[in-house]
Amino acid sequence: MSKHGEHGAPLTETQLRVRALESLLVDKGLVDPAALDALIDTYENKVGPRNGAKVVARAWVDPAYKKWLLEDATLAIAEFGFVGRQGEEIVALENTPQIHNLVVCTLCSCYPWPVLGLPPVWYKAAPYRSRAVIDPRGLLKELGMPLAESVEVRVWDSTAEVRYLVLPERPAGTEGWNEERLAAIVTRDAMIGVAKVAPPAADRP
Amino acid sequence: MNGVHDMGGMHGLGAVEIEKNEPVFHDEWEARTFALTLASGYLGKWNLDMSRFAREQMPGPEYLATSYYEHWLYGLCKLLVDQGLVTAKELESGRREAKASEARVLRATDVPAVLRSRIAARVEDDVPAKFRPGDRVVARNIHPTGHTRLPRYARGRRGVIERDHGVFVFPDTNAIGLGKKPQHVYSVRFTARELWGPQASPRDSVFVDLWDDHLEPA
Repeated sequence: MSKHGEHGAPLTETQLRVRALESLLVDKGLVDPAALDALIDTYENKVGPRNGAKVVARAWVDPAYKKWLLEDATLAIAEFGFVGRQGEEIVALENTPQIHNLVVCTLCSCYPWPVLGLPPVWYKAAPYRSRAVIDPRGLLKELGMPLAESVEVRVWDSTAEVRYLVLPERPAGTEGWNEERLAAIVTRDAMIGVAKVAPPAADRP
Repeated sequence: MNGVHDMGGMHGLGAVEIEKNEPVFHDEWEARTFALTLASGYLGKWNLDMSRFAREQMPGPEYLATSYYEHWLYGLCKLLVDQGLVTAKELESGRREAKASEARVLRATDVPAVLRSRIAARVEDDVPAKFRPGDRVVARNIHPTGHTRLPRYARGRRGVIERDHGVFVFPDTNAIGLGKKPQHVYSVRFTARELWGPQASPRDSVFVDLWDDHLEPA
């Protein structure tokens, strides 16, 4: 096995440890490397926040779907075929001009994989996990989203096997847009509750 | 356990930095660690709660100084050795002493179906609920040295049952071999002022998912 990575730099201790562990587990017959490739390919290329964006866009254009999503998100999301690992139980939370929902997992990294994919580093890291529950307003302000004092903030700590998906507010200026066009502007961060979906620029067609 | 993983409400851990166009994995070792953890979990020797507990047992200073997938790597190595799939000597040397006799190895062709299947945290057992939506409760002031999903910041605090999610396995026992102990899980609403005092906004709340055994009537 090469002791150097693809760019010629020496491998770090962690890189070497993981390579050694994989080769040991394959050698012992515990792990099939092709299965590892398939697992990685799934979350790098197939499952990600584009899934959640489709759900949000549907809820924005179809009031009956939105009602279903808010009543039974697991089933309403399964309608798209988005099911499985870390999405066994999903609850959707509607953001409105009066109520802002924000999702965190203070104890580890719980996140709705089938609709958002694997969580970004900041979601799993200490600064967000520590601060979201005690200072959501300060945190949102720093992230460029100051909230008026009159808005109610609801923070959801994912301590069980229930996963939360924020249904962001539909921005003004998107009247008449179809689902596909709407889905393209929905961001991962808006579905966690740390951003709003930006209204389209005025000069856009 | 009162570990550093239980971070809710701590100060001084730095600024939140959102990376633009962040890749799913930042290096190949992260991707391999992720996949090795899922594939090893498929061998059926441990449950999800045991996985979380294994990561929590990384010594605190090390946990804070390392990245997310290093926590996963620590947890995976611990489980492999603790559950007898790999010996400490094999892990150290990287050379196998004996071939494993596990029949249940994850194959690439099974991956789509496995990822689409549900891990049975919800159970159909007919367990009566101790509380109903609207009930006032207090989170128990407990400090178990094992695994718990009751975060420190909520212990001893008063809240209201917002919603009954149904009956689920109890991680606090399931993580340490004491059984599934199925019981209701509720979304419990704590006002920000109950948790953080008068500096918090009177409008805000934190919702925590808690089990019957975490709660007492208030």
